Parts: sequence; structure tokens; C-alpha cells
Amino acid sequence: MSETRKAAPIRGKAHKYGDNVDTDVIIPARYLNESEPAALAAHCMEDLDPAFARKVGKGDLIVAGRNFGCGSSREHAPLAIKASGVACVVAESFARIFYRNAINIGLAILECPEAAREAQAGDELELDLAAGKVRNLTKGSEHGAKPFPPFMRSIMEAGGLIEYHRERLARK
Amino acid sequence: MGMTMSQKIIAARAGLPAVEAGDLVEAGVDMALGNDITAPVAIREFRRTGAGAVFDRSRVALVPDHFAPNKDIKSAQQCKAMREFALEMGIEHYFEVGEAGIEHALLPERGLVLPGELVIGADSHTCTYGAVGAFSTGVGSTDLAAAMASGSVWLKVPAAIRFRLAGELGGWASGKDLILHIIGMIGVDGALYRSMEFCGPGVAGLSMDERFTIANMAIEAGAKNGIFPVDRATRSWAASVSGRRYAEYEADADAEYEATVDVDLAAVPPTVAFPHLPSNARPIGEAEGVALDQVVIGSCTNGRIEDLRVAASILRGRRVAKGLRCLVFPGTQKIYLQALREGLVEDIVGAGAVFSAPTCGPCLGGHMGILAEGERALSTTNRNFVGRMGHSGSEVYLASPAVAAASAIAGAICDPAKIADPAGGRAAARPRDGRGGER
Repeated sequence: MSETRKAAPIRGKAHKYGDNVDTDVIIPARYLNESEPAALAAHCMEDLDPAFARKVGKGDLIVAGRNFGCGSSREHAPLAIKASGVACVVAESFARIFYRNAINIGLAILECPEAAREAQAGDELELDLAAGKVRNLTKGSEHGAKPFPPFMRSIMEAGGLIEYHRERLARK
Repeated sequence: MGMTMSQKIIAARAGLPAVEAGDLVEAGVDMALGNDITAPVAIREFRRTGAGAVFDRSRVALVPDHFAPNKDIKSAQQCKAMREFALEMGIEHYFEVGEAGIEHALLPERGLVLPGELVIGADSHTCTYGAVGAFSTGVGSTDLAAAMASGSVWLKVPAAIRFRLAGELGGWASGKDLILHIIGMIGVDGALYRSMEFCGPGVAGLSMDERFTIANMAIEAGAKNGIFPVDRATRSWAASVSGRRYAEYEADADAEYEATVDVDLAAVPPTVAFPHLPSNARPIGEAEGVALDQVVIGSCTNGRIEDLRVAASILRGRRVAKGLRCLVFPGTQKIYLQALREGLVEDIVGAGAVFSAPTCGPCLGGHMGILAEGERALSTTNRNFVGRMGHSGSEVYLASPAVAAASAIAGAICDPAKIADPAGGRAAARPRDGRGGER
């Protein structure tokens, strides 16, 4: 089950945003009358960066400041980001419901204030989730990220919260 | 080391003698809530768990309120999916349009959340129920799915910030002004991952409706939950909504707080949060004169009966400014009926405002009052992010029902004291029949 652990480090291009990126700009409520990830991805970040859906490529990274994902609990926000092809969100800090949702649906996230502050749009980053390291290949720097507690790692290793519960139900 | 009030409830529901901030625990859920936006995703995930039934038919609540009454075909499909799931699972607390209302006004009114309980909801404003001394927090749809299947939720035990309230609110200042004032002080991530625990002699002077408003907006400071101690007003409220037994918890004397913030309630002015963050709070004196296109009064934050009384007391016998739309949304059908009985609806409609069915509607730019490009609204809701109520080029100012009503009359942001009796705020919240009320 630990495919994500063994996988090669994530390497991608940064899309850079500021502090307090809220879930209303990640996926505006006018699109919440459906929940298909691909449909949501078409409007991802629309009210903050209308060009995002066009310019984002598979394996790209979102890099942002403090309190990323604040506001509404809508899981549509991490779903939209994941379906956009974004491989990981690196931020100085995350709002707590977004943080849970990302772990629960299997969107990789990393809290690394130094790397998040330093990175600029277009920088090439390499992330080692298992070791908790962020290397900025463009700038030639490396920073340590906050490691995940073992319980959260076990959810991530299962592939998300539902898979985690299915395994537990199956064992009962 | 002692525990905070939130930590005690989590420990009890996790079956542990004690917990500490940072512990990861699995806790039993007394009520799990979803709405027409979050439940469809949760239902999809619930099916994937392999569970054939929800853990307890009486401990799941499903409320169509965001895009209900159905605003379009896609929304109708979402409401239908939730309704069919509720029927299939025999969920007792599914509320249809007509008996329902906005979830966070509805659940307390129905006695579905009581002191000491642990509540999760796939809606960020689930933190509202901390008003009654419950631990309640917003989660995502997958968390709701897992809770519906297992009856439990994983939680990181939060550290806490203590807000010690002293004195009494004066003039037209209300619970809404207090929470905007506090968010202005600490910022939109000022309580990130933490509990906001309210305490002190000033709590007694806050009505239950005001406590709901305050706890509702804990999430706007990034908090996991906001919580009030259980006092005489809480017990009297609980007895009025439910005959169920409940447990009272209080923080230990040696509970650890990361910080303590002292607030003198008498010094809290009517407060307005400027675009585009709830933390951009300024006293009314610095906001007056900003021209408005729309005023919204209602929502899970300020759609309760006291909010409508205060608004109606200002609108009564006056006219909404020409060219401005004023929209009023009661929180539930019961509140709607009470407003009718007290003559509030007549005051509101008579002033030229719209009185709508209960819905989250315009608060999240859903329906029933969307803003065009360049338009500016003042709203009693909880968020003023970019595009929150419509076009990404529109603006939202957040304020209390009193400021909202006064501004609707003036056509621009206005201090209620300039229009109505400067000392009249607390009196205006009391029932119209003159019997006074439990404050």
C-alpha cells in the first residue's frame, strides 16, 4: 500500500500565490451545484487567477503563503486542485479543514514556510514527502518540511480516509 | 495539568481519562451533519466504504439549505440525491424545505445539539454549536462519510486561546460586533487549529442568540471550535428545546491556554469588516458613508429572532433608500412564524425590503441576491472574500443586523445610533409582546 512512499520525489513548476487563499476563490460557490472533479477543475482558482485552469500542467505545484484553504469546508476545493493535475500544494501554513480534506482525499500537501516564502512563480521544485524535504532547483536551496504524524501517514498510505476505513472494516 | 473545556469533551467521547493538545484521537460523534452541497460528495464516499447502513439513524442530520429551494437543475439533482439517501437509510433528521431552514439555526432549535456533545458537520460553520457548550467543528465530506459509516472522527486535540469577557455591550453593539472586533484583533489565522474558549463575567450578559453568532464565526479566525461555558441561560435554553439529558463540562482551574485575551465589552463599538477579509474590522465611525447597492440580513450567523427584531425595530416606519435592495432571510421556518406573530415581517416588508424563505442563498453567492460587477453589499453574514456573494469584482462589508438595517435606510454604511434611539440596541432584541425575555 505504500506506493506513494516509494514513488520518486515530486518534481514540478511552481504557481505562486499569497496569504489566505480561501476556498471561495479556489472553487467559487457558483460551481458547487455539481461535484465531478473534472468539472470543478475547469474553474479551479478562477476568482484569483482566471488563467490558472489553462496554464496549469500535470505535475505542477501550487506554492502559497499562510492559511491556505481558509473559509468553507467544501471538499470541492482540494478535489478541484487534484483534478487540475497539481501534484502537491506547498504553503507556509494550511487552514485546518483544508488540511484534513487534502489528507482524506489523497492530495499531497506540505507545510514548509521557508520554501514557500522563497519560491517564485516558475521555479522548479523537488519534493520528498517521505523525508520532508523541499529543494528549489532553480535557486539551488533546500529546506526541511514539517513531518506528518504517523496516524496521518497511515491514512495517506492507505490512499485516503475511505480506504483506511475499508481496510479496518475488512479486518473486523 | 488540567484540561480546557474542549479537551474534556474530546477526552470523554474518546473514552480517555485525559488528553493533551496535539494528541491524535478517535472520538465518538453525537451528531454528524451534511447539507445539499457537501452531502452528495459524502454519500458518494460513503458508498465506497462498503458500509450498508449509517451507524445510527438518529445521529445523522441532512439539511437542504444552501441551494434550496432548488435554484437550478443541477442543484435539484443534488437535493434529490440527498433526499433519496435519507429515505434509503431511514435517517430521522432529514428536513425537507418547508420544515427546515439554515442548518446551524435549525439543529439547535430542534434540540439536536446539547451541552457536552461532540458534533461534526460537513460545513465550516458547524462551530456554531459551541454556543451551547458543545464541542463542534467543521470537517469535509469524506470525514462526514467516514463518520456516517463508523460513528467516529479523528481529531487532533486543540490547544486553546482564552477570551475573558468583562462588562456589558452598550448602545447598538451586539455579539456580531464583538466577534468582528476579536477577529480584527487576532486575524483570520489568529486561532488557527485552536479552540477559542470564551469565559468571564461578561458571558452572562450575552443572549443565546448572540453566543450562536460569536461561536459561528470562530472559523473566521481559523479556529477549530469556539465554546462558551454552560450557565443559567444555557440550561434554560436547553430545557426549552429538548428533554434529553446532557453533561456539563467546565475547564479545569489549571487548564493551559496558549494565550489569554481580555475584552472589555463596554469598549466594543459597532464594527464593520471591510473587503476582502473578516479581519479587516474597523469601528463604525471609520466606515460611515460607504455607498451600498445591497443589504443582506440573515444567514447562520445572524438570521435568528433577535436579529430580526433588531432589524425590524430600525426599519419600522422608515423606507429603504431608493436604488438599494434590502433582503431579509429568517434562519428557519419557526423563526419565520415567530417574526410573523411579532409583526416583524410587516415592519420589514413595509419598509420596502424583501422577506424570503430560509436559505443560505446569497451568503455564498448561491442565489436570491447575487452581486454584479462593481456592486457593493453590506451583509450580516460571515465572509467577505473576493467573489463571495457574486462577481469577483463585487465587494462585501460585514456587520450586525442593526448596522445593516440602518445602512439600508441611509443607502450607505450608517451608525444605527444616528437613526434610532442611541441606547436602544439591547431593548430592541427583546420580544415585541412586552413580556421581556430570557436574556
